[in-house]
Amino acid sequence: MAGADGDDSLYPIAVLIDELRNEDVQLRLNSIKKLSTIALALGVERTRTELLPFLTDTIYDEDEVLLALAEQLGNFTMLVGGPEYVHCLLPPLESLATVEETVVRDKAVESLRKISQEHSPVDLEVHFEPLVKRLASGDWFTSRTSACGLFSVCYPRVSSTVKAEIRQHFRTLCSDDTPMVRRAAASKLGEFAKVLELDYVKSDIISLFTALASDEQDSVRLLAVEACVSIATLLPQEDLETLVMPTLRQAAEDKSWRVRYMVADKFSELQKAVGPEITKNDLVPAFQNLLKDCEAEVRAAAANKVKEFCENLPEDSRETIIMTHILPCVKELVSDTNQHVKSALASVIMGLSTILGKDNTVEHLLPLFLAQLKDECPEVRLNIISNLDCVNEVIGIRQLSQSLLPAIVELAEDAKWRVRLAIIEYMPLLAGQLGVEFFDEKLNTLCMAWLIDHVYAIREAATCNLMKLVEKFGAEWAQNTIVPKVLGMANDPNYLHRMTTLFCINSLSEACGQEITTKQMLPVVLKMSNDQVANVRFNVAKSLQKIGPVLDSNALQSEVKPVLEKLSTDTDMDVKYFAQEALSVLALA
Amino acid sequence: METTKLPPTSPSSPTTGFSVPSAEKVDGFPRRSMRRARQRRSHSSSQFRYQSSQVELTPLPLLKDAPVAELHDLFCKKLQQCCVLFDFLDCVADLKGKEIKRAALNELVESVATSRGVLIEPLYPEAIKMISVNIFRTLPPSENPEFDPEEDEPTLEASWPHLQLVYEFFLRFLESPDFQPSMAKRYVDQKFVLQLLELFDSEDPREREYLKTILHRVYGKLLGLRAYIRKQINNIFLRFIYETEHFNGVAELLEILGSIINGFALPLKSEHKQFLVRVLIPLHTAKSLSIFHAQLAYCVVQFMEKDATVTEYIIRGLLKYWPKTCTQKEVMFLGEIEEILDVIEPSQFIRVQEPLFKQIAACISSPHFQVAERALYFWNNEYILSLIEENCQVILPLVFATLYRVSKEHWNQTIVSLIYNVLKTFMEMNSKLFDDLTASYKVEKQKELKRERERTELWRGLEEKQERRLQTLGEASRNQRNLLERGEPSQPSSPQTALPEQPDTDLSGASSTT
Repeated sequence: MAGADGDDSLYPIAVLIDELRNEDVQLRLNSIKKLSTIALALGVERTRTELLPFLTDTIYDEDEVLLALAEQLGNFTMLVGGPEYVHCLLPPLESLATVEETVVRDKAVESLRKISQEHSPVDLEVHFEPLVKRLASGDWFTSRTSACGLFSVCYPRVSSTVKAEIRQHFRTLCSDDTPMVRRAAASKLGEFAKVLELDYVKSDIISLFTALASDEQDSVRLLAVEACVSIATLLPQEDLETLVMPTLRQAAEDKSWRVRYMVADKFSELQKAVGPEITKNDLVPAFQNLLKDCEAEVRAAAANKVKEFCENLPEDSRETIIMTHILPCVKELVSDTNQHVKSALASVIMGLSTILGKDNTVEHLLPLFLAQLKDECPEVRLNIISNLDCVNEVIGIRQLSQSLLPAIVELAEDAKWRVRLAIIEYMPLLAGQLGVEFFDEKLNTLCMAWLIDHVYAIREAATCNLMKLVEKFGAEWAQNTIVPKVLGMANDPNYLHRMTTLFCINSLSEACGQEITTKQMLPVVLKMSNDQVANVRFNVAKSLQKIGPVLDSNALQSEVKPVLEKLSTDTDMDVKYFAQEALSVLALA
Repeated sequence: METTKLPPTSPSSPTTGFSVPSAEKVDGFPRRSMRRARQRRSHSSSQFRYQSSQVELTPLPLLKDAPVAELHDLFCKKLQQCCVLFDFLDCVADLKGKEIKRAALNELVESVATSRGVLIEPLYPEAIKMISVNIFRTLPPSENPEFDPEEDEPTLEASWPHLQLVYEFFLRFLESPDFQPSMAKRYVDQKFVLQLLELFDSEDPREREYLKTILHRVYGKLLGLRAYIRKQINNIFLRFIYETEHFNGVAELLEILGSIINGFALPLKSEHKQFLVRVLIPLHTAKSLSIFHAQLAYCVVQFMEKDATVTEYIIRGLLKYWPKTCTQKEVMFLGEIEEILDVIEPSQFIRVQEPLFKQIAACISSPHFQVAERALYFWNNEYILSLIEENCQVILPLVFATLYRVSKEHWNQTIVSLIYNVLKTFMEMNSKLFDDLTASYKVEKQKELKRERERTELWRGLEEKQERRLQTLGEASRNQRNLLERGEPSQPSSPQTALPEQPDTDLSGASSTT
């Protein structure tokens, strides 16, 4: 260490500071990002006495530079001499925690939270906590917002007098004049509650929670819903009814849809936090209301939670509750006017079959699945199809297959290529569920038709799909059903289709194995090396490179090598390039 | 009470004459898609679960037929009748009720606008209640989450047939010669104003237009609310800038502020300066700047005209937030700078000329020709040209190198010829300085290259040093790890977690700067 410190004189601080002050923002930014290099060059002492004061003073800069600085300082503990000096980092971070730009402030708070852990309990009280207090009573809202995120990290490690002060500061910020600060406080309420002693949770946090949950601004109220989850988890069951439930009930019926949306979005967490009894008495009717909400956003959020909510219902009454309370709402949602609601429901509804068992599924859910399979919106149909495995486990897929087929065919021919792409991606899954027989009979033609789709992305996905099917059904199936068709396309008049043959071979050769590749595929590829379109020829070279490892050395030497050599003297430079590359990769050169 | 038939509703009912603000008036173009938007189901969902409390309306006698003694009572009853809300998403539901309410609203508007002595004290709470019940609602979620006010058609408020009349009534109420601020202030309070301000987020431009006029009247007549209104507008803007980046009524609020700023007393209070520096200037960072830039620039210039000493804050603020990647915004910034320079005091100009012309030089060398062109147009402005001429000694050296280089390199011929004109102007202004700069151009270039080499050298040295240092630290931490393996408790922050991430990124960073 001493030796390295010896040549500090090489880098006078002024030169380094000039770098940090460079007129060009980009250069300044680069320098700040390498602040640790500068600090290392200066050594710990001069970093503390010269670099940090400079950084604290010149905090007026572009936000991008400040962001980089805020991030760097969070990792600076060792560079200022370890935990015993870590408090030197507080002044610049304090200034950064007051700037206007949210991203910078958040980063500064993140760094402060990080280094707070490196403070000794004494330093925490002497240096860190006063900083939090200063921020909490700052003039402009930015510093007060930042303070909100710092209470919970110092609270557990300070004396009880200081704890009382911290609680008082938090209380003040919860009723701050500006909604920005109240929002920040509300978003940290749960986190702060977690580090408080239970008595104070009951005496302090609950009143703050109740006040924030009835704030005049809905943006504050909705954050209280999040806090509700943490608070309910902390309290003993017998206190929930009096301390939390009145507020939660009110939130579920808030006049602002944003608050109701938040309740719907956090429903599973809330359900776990309040326990089975309250769920039965309160949350079930609340959930019904959310599923019937007048705002589509809320209904969609609630629909997303249907499966999770049902899963977590207490076992003894689960089936009754679902059948009498939830299912009627679900039935209505199937024919909702809003497609997002229907598609949210479609993404979870299949999960209900595992919970309700075979008979109920056949009697009550199946009609809903079938209705959604015929929905006008492709996303709804896709969501049903993508979750078929849940139903398959319970009732087998046969019940559905009659309706499934038209739905799949329709999606497969949808005018939007993204829809076609989505259904292709489910093909391997469907093939597995439906079995090889059904597949050959009904779906095989579709899979082959995608190979000549006019959108490249679809052709590409189709080749990939074939590979997955071969992995599922085996090489023999491939040899009988798809390989002949794929190879047949090599004579197609359209060069794009001829190239598709090559792409298919690229992805199939490995799954099909050496025998099929050498005997059936290789001759076709070799023959295509005489194609008149250069794109086909250089793809032949690429294909040979790709399937080379599957072939034996005899075939490589006697068949592949001469063709590649011929291609490497092609008139087209791309063909030459890829032929030479293949020769060298396959070590034939 | 006497039984009457439905009040007559001729197509030329008085309201059609009143409906001043409408979407057409905003930009002068008929909105093609208004019809489409309506068909497509425009949201209202104004009120949450109002269906439950549906009452059947019965038509009341006409106001104009009522004997004077009963007029106020009838007026009050009509106000109460208008508190009933209707479902406009279902356009055939309760047509009779809707028609009764519409007619009643029409009558109320007409009565408040034309007859004197109607507004007596007991009517204030009833009127404000009727207005609150109708207009205050949580705005529905946008039908199009990525709603782009420049590209997309707004979703229109479905209940507009009633809502418009309620707004019209409110406006007439505020503008009535009988209106008594001292009575109104008991009902039009802070809570009321806060809700009114939140409505500016409405996607429907017709609604925002009404709100704008109404808020303006409230600000003008209820003096006690002024500070509160300004503070809440601040909060809305700050939320817009730093939290949500979404608020539909920024332009309208700025328009009101424009006239508020106009009325500020001198010297400016620090509250107002703070508003300029911490709210108006940061508003320039918004992604959707183009929608409200005209109003914003107007406010900024208003401030300058009030008090020239804020000029430096403004220019330095704009330079701080100068767009880095969005050329469209850059052009807007240049436009605003020109508006500012148009009214700048020469003494203030001297304080900002250096950073300002560095930025202008950077714009001139922009590969985007519209940016370069917009910056070069400054030289066509007589007043700016006179300022440049007075300070030629300072400005010419700042921009010379750029002009010289860009005149040889720019791809766009228009830019090249504009630059020749500017160079010519400078030559005529101060030929001696111009010649000196031309002569020293090459030398300066060389110096710059040399500085660049020195920088690279410096960083290479620093990085080598860091390498060495890391090696020693690495050894130290290895030793420490050996110690730990012998069973010592681990420390929360060991040096190996804090440092080794640095060197790779640093080295690559260094090579890219050379």
